[in-house]
Amino acid sequence: MKIIFTSSGESWDSVIDPRFGRTDFILLYDEENDKLSSIDNRDIMNVAHGAGPKTAEKIFGLGADVLITGNGPGGNAASILAKMPLKIYVRAGGMTIRQAYEAYKNNQLVQGA
Amino acid sequence: MRIAIASGKGGTGKTTLAVNLALYAAEEFPVLLMDLDVEEPNGGIFIKGSIHSKITAYRNIPHWEQEPCTLCGKCTTWCAYNALLKLGDTILVMPNLCHSCYACSELCPEHALPMQQESLGTIIHIKNGSLNFVESKLDIGLEQASPLISQSLEFANKNFKDIKLQILDSPPGTACAMVSAVKTADYVVLISEPTPFGLHDLKLAVETVRQLNLPFSVVINRDGIGNNDIYKYLEQEGIELLAKIPHSREIAEIYSRGEILYKKVPQLRAALDRILHKTKERT
Amino acid sequence: MKEIVIISGKGGTGKSSICSALAYILKEQSVIADCDVDAADLHLILQPQSSQTSEFVSGVKAVIDPDKCISCGICANVCRFSAISAGEKAYQVNLLDCEGCGYCYYVCPEGAISLPEQKVGACFISQSRLGNTLVHARLNIGAENSGKLVSKVKSLARQQTEMEHKDFLLVDGSPGIGCPVIASLSSANFVILVTEASKSGISDLKRVWELVKKFKIPGACIINKADINPDICKQISKYLKQEKILALQEIPYSDDFPKAIAMGRTLVEQNTTKWQPFFQQMWATIKETL
Repeated sequence: MKIIFTSSGESWDSVIDPRFGRTDFILLYDEENDKLSSIDNRDIMNVAHGAGPKTAEKIFGLGADVLITGNGPGGNAASILAKMPLKIYVRAGGMTIRQAYEAYKNNQLVQGA
Repeated sequence: MRIAIASGKGGTGKTTLAVNLALYAAEEFPVLLMDLDVEEPNGGIFIKGSIHSKITAYRNIPHWEQEPCTLCGKCTTWCAYNALLKLGDTILVMPNLCHSCYACSELCPEHALPMQQESLGTIIHIKNGSLNFVESKLDIGLEQASPLISQSLEFANKNFKDIKLQILDSPPGTACAMVSAVKTADYVVLISEPTPFGLHDLKLAVETVRQLNLPFSVVINRDGIGNNDIYKYLEQEGIELLAKIPHSREIAEIYSRGEILYKKVPQLRAALDRILHKTKERT
Repeated sequence: MKEIVIISGKGGTGKSSICSALAYILKEQSVIADCDVDAADLHLILQPQSSQTSEFVSGVKAVIDPDKCISCGICANVCRFSAISAGEKAYQVNLLDCEGCGYCYYVCPEGAISLPEQKVGACFISQSRLGNTLVHARLNIGAENSGKLVSKVKSLARQQTEMEHKDFLLVDGSPGIGCPVIASLSSANFVILVTEASKSGISDLKRVWELVKKFKIPGACIINKADINPDICKQISKYLKQEKILALQEIPYSDDFPKAIAMGRTLVEQNTTKWQPFFQQMWATIKETL
């Protein structure tokens, strides 16, 4: 499975970014290959309108199965994410990426949006 | 004569003043009152009457046609608002982000983004004797108030041009929504309260109205609740103070029930007289 | 770090007064963010000493170079906002009407149009007189508000909270139901809705809650001026129960609110015996739910 995290940094010890649209980084974990890669999303800071959709556009082609984030996407982004075969899990805010992954595996996160 | 009632700060009594002014004037002659606080219109709470007409306000936004599209993606670079996204082999239009500039639609070499109508909000016309009340409400989730405000004013220009007194209840703040509402007015009445917040936000509102080159004066609501700094400011700036409405718990209670104030509060009635007199002088 | 966002659909409900009272109670454990950027007021109570200022740019406006313009008028024809008109020597853009869409830029045959970024405000990181940090901003008049400046204020505030190892970020949220409110809410752990016992109050509460529901953030509500209209107060309580919003203490109408602001004080400083225990109790309830 391919899992995406909204993150404030690029490593397993980074803290989850609770936002979706304006998240600093997007981390992609490929479970099969045990590979963690990252996309720098910080240019989103310059965007006045449509940050959520812009970020959703970035993850469109990644083929992710799961998105783990803090509060969940806002309305605009959510409508785009709904077009992807993606399951969204929220309430990972405050956790590190590693902790969020464990929480997901242990069914401790809430499926949202 | 078109009078806009505005304030920098929310909650200073804009709607109260606009509604009372309209009802008072309507005792004598036909009046139009427009609630242009399209995100949170409240005037309707105070006006009773029958719905004369209800229209959906529309705007045009691009619709993607798959057939002619070559997926060149140029449209996504032209759009200044990120309202167009390329998701694999689909172009997605985000309606709430679109500002209806028509650039993508008219520049697309394949004509794959024809403009189509979409709902923006509603414009409701309620009649109560000689008072015509128009309330405009933005569909929830839409982010721009200005297009609906402009359309509402066009609606007024078209349907109510014979009504001599038009009162606009503007949105609060001093951002683009307030400017859209106020800029077509002949006269502006700014309402604020004699507190540090009230003074601070009044200054912003004054700056805005001056930039728009509109004549204006000020009404102070809840006089007694704070201090006199705002009066000193008005004097220093040579801004006319039209009236002071006192702060009282009783007035707050009447307001909370959605009742009409000027019948019970003589200072408010006096304020309304002064506004009407002042603007009559200008016609 | 826990982020608590205080919003109210309607203006004048006492949001900033309540936010500053909590800022006082939590002065050693919090950073404050004022996200009401169109008419920001919190600094009037918290009287910050400005330390860092950063300019805020957002959006573009079209500018026509009169030396390159050949007055063909194509730009004016395509502009949907009636922002371009013929001048004496060249065409010109009315900056107040220009929406920065860039269409004219793309069609000008002479490349006479540029789209410079606009400085529309500024962001400040300051120390409030209570000792905690206040992150605030100012949006210039007539500027288009969006999520961008609010997001910037929030990002800076979150960074500060982390850097200072503070436990709480208190956010004075934007009014209304548009993008600035959404941006105020985006990273919240908890939302406090402030309303008042009046018809307008309950009407705006419902509208703003519809928006908050889209994010799955737990919420609580404070009914201010509760005794002004006991009937509506009851209606609001019923609505809160129905929507599973935690009902915090009601606040009866009090002159302390405007008096405190007039004196540049928080409620707790204005009348300590009354408001200190009140807000401490309220905070204890909030903390439990967090």
